Amino acid sequence: MKRRLLPHPILTPILALIWVLLSNSLSPGQILLGLLLGWIIPIFTRPFWPERVTIRKPATLLRFLVVVLYDILVANLAVAWLILRGSHHIRPAFVVVPLALRSDLGISLLANVISLTPGTVSSWLSPDRRRLVVQGLSVKDPAELINTIKGRYEAPLLEVFESC
Amino acid sequence: MLEITLSALIIIGALFTFIGSLGLVRMPDFYTRLHGPTKATTLGVGSLLIASMIYFSTQGQGVSFHEILVTLFLFITAPVSAHLLSKAALHLGVESLSKPPPEVERADADGAGTP
Repeated sequence: MKRRLLPHPILTPILALIWVLLSNSLSPGQILLGLLLGWIIPIFTRPFWPERVTIRKPATLLRFLVVVLYDILVANLAVAWLILRGSHHIRPAFVVVPLALRSDLGISLLANVISLTPGTVSSWLSPDRRRLVVQGLSVKDPAELINTIKGRYEAPLLEVFESC
Repeated sequence: MLEITLSALIIIGALFTFIGSLGLVRMPDFYTRLHGPTKATTLGVGSLLIASMIYFSTQGQGVSFHEILVTLFLFITAPVSAHLLSKAALHLGVESLSKPPPEVERADADGAGTP
């Protein structure tokens, strides 16, 4: 019964927050409307979200977000510099990252983060969801790149979404 | 002072957006061209949005938070489109400076590339 009325407890406050941001006002009416939408929309879109999302360590998630934001800033500067220096200095390569993540949300978040951060775009996921092919713009050492991705991004995601 | 900050943010934003687009011209193959628009532009659009947020918040009509949503949607959609473009290119075997990993071709040959 509880699952049918509230399939995704996390989605409700997020949707309410997005509604408040959209309407650009903090009046009680808008907050109430946001909460109402946040309650109804997950019920109607339940078939799209078969997995129930649970966040286990909010502090780790927050730290992860700060790291990612910082990396996005660095990525922008690094890629801008590579573009300005011209194509003679780049060394593109494909790297295969073995995945420890299993949940759909975890994998898609990891792929998104990889695309947003230094000189890498996630380009292909193997049909069995065990390996992610990543295209790097300037790869000096493929093994080091894999280690960075696994340690810096995958480990926190594992802890937050799939820790046991 | 406010105007100087805003102008600086807008110029930085425009500069990064321009560099991102320049990447399309300067990079040698399809896959490396993807990097410019997906990354250099996020910072560009980001600083334009911060400028917009500061400007509208100081206009006396309350605080403006729309821009946070724009940033959020941008961060969700830009990598997804880059991933799909790249995946399609791998599937079609678009020429590349670096060799694609063998399992991609094998999966496509089996016809197992569809989920």
